[in-house]
Amino acid sequence: MSIPMYWRTSHQRLALTGEVCPTCEAKLFPPRDICPHCNSPAKTRFDFCGRGTVYSYSLVNVAPRGFERCAPYVVALVALEEGPLLTAQLTETDPQDVFIGMPVEMVTRRMREGSEQGLIEYGYKFRPCMERAEA
Amino acid sequence: MPLMKPTMDVGIIGYGAYVPRYRLPASEVSRVWHPGGDRAPVEQKAVAGPDEDTVTMSIEAARNALARAEIAPARLGAVWVGSESHPYAVKPTSAIVAEAIGATPHVLAGDWQFACKAGTEALQAALALVGSGMTPYALAIGMDTAQSRPGDVLEYTAAAGGAAYIVGPGDEAVALLQGSVSFATENPDFWRRPQQNYPEHGGRFTGEPSYFRHTLAAATELMEALGRTPQDYAYAVFHQPNRRFPREAAVRLGFSAEQIKAGLLVDRIGNAYAGSSMLGLGALLDVANPGDRVLHVSYGSGAGSDAFEWLVTDGLHERRHRAPLTSYYVNRVQEIDYATYARYRNKLQME
Repeated sequence: MSIPMYWRTSHQRLALTGEVCPTCEAKLFPPRDICPHCNSPAKTRFDFCGRGTVYSYSLVNVAPRGFERCAPYVVALVALEEGPLLTAQLTETDPQDVFIGMPVEMVTRRMREGSEQGLIEYGYKFRPCMERAEA
Repeated sequence: MPLMKPTMDVGIIGYGAYVPRYRLPASEVSRVWHPGGDRAPVEQKAVAGPDEDTVTMSIEAARNALARAEIAPARLGAVWVGSESHPYAVKPTSAIVAEAIGATPHVLAGDWQFACKAGTEALQAALALVGSGMTPYALAIGMDTAQSRPGDVLEYTAAAGGAAYIVGPGDEAVALLQGSVSFATENPDFWRRPQQNYPEHGGRFTGEPSYFRHTLAAATELMEALGRTPQDYAYAVFHQPNRRFPREAAVRLGFSAEQIKAGLLVDRIGNAYAGSSMLGLGALLDVANPGDRVLHVSYGSGAGSDAFEWLVTDGLHERRHRAPLTSYYVNRVQEIDYATYARYRNKLQME
């Protein structure tokens, strides 16, 4: 990832920040400034809650360069509670435990190992929802 | 006077823990490096996953603290991270954490370093910053992915984990600061030079003139200044570099095994360095009741201790369950073998 792209996408990578369309109220991720549903300008910031479900997934055994340390890992289509579908790695789970419809939540993790001298790329992954303590 | 306390009432308004789920049993270190020997100072230690580091773990602990505090992240006037395993030599961990939790741009971000007490250094400063009225809220984190040379005795204990604390006005606190004492001297017990992967330590020198001198002095002086005896405290928590040191410190100070039990995590997660006493305090806040007094003492090589007295308030019960308890992270365990540990922690130099 280039330094300009790293900087430009920091909010969406670190905090799952997208946009909401002020016209049709669609939630957009990644942010794209024009609503794909009604073609209106859409620059209003929206912070997604980070929860969703696995829509579909695939197991990656032979990882692309920079992703080898986490292999084998699952890449999933995650349907966010607010609507958008995004692609993300799953973490903190064994591949055999993943299923369609699995509730997941966003965590911020190291994404790709570059050189020892380069930037460390942080971004979103998803893991199975942690159980919350009972009140 | 060694006692420190801001003129304004301040306290902890939110706290959050993080411990990675992987555990390396001590028996694995013995199997690979010390067959036939029984040197294990803990049962197992927490190990960060291949996509985790002090930044990512700090972010999760901070999100948990924010969930309990229920304040807008933008109201944090400071985000401070104490660690001896910042991912960059030059580039602040704290700025990445602040960005991820939504505290930027009007925030004082900084990284702290003082071996295992870097986290409580940040906490002391956060108490002072809020107590001076400069900002209503400040976030202090102690977090580490501790390093250890393969085969060294430290490899049994050098672990990963930590906790985040949001300091705020006293009337919002779940635990009110009653006072603190910091005690530091120049001490050659543990160090890591620039560009070295692993620390050096003074072996037996790490005990009496180091851990015990500073821990006992800070605790004793704080109790004397506040007119307390060990019987005044429901709980005490100390830095936990191994199984023996915190237990012996408690005995020497006059605390019972029951008073330190709930905050003693070292057997199950190892020594989380800057996160060690901070995690122990979180475990205590998970079980404490309003009116309980807690003695909290850190230790960092080099060397120094920060001792705090916290008074638990009525607000704790309501906020406790807004985020995962410390015990949840401690109890979620996936054992790994030494080979997996070596892979996850980059113990093998590939080129």
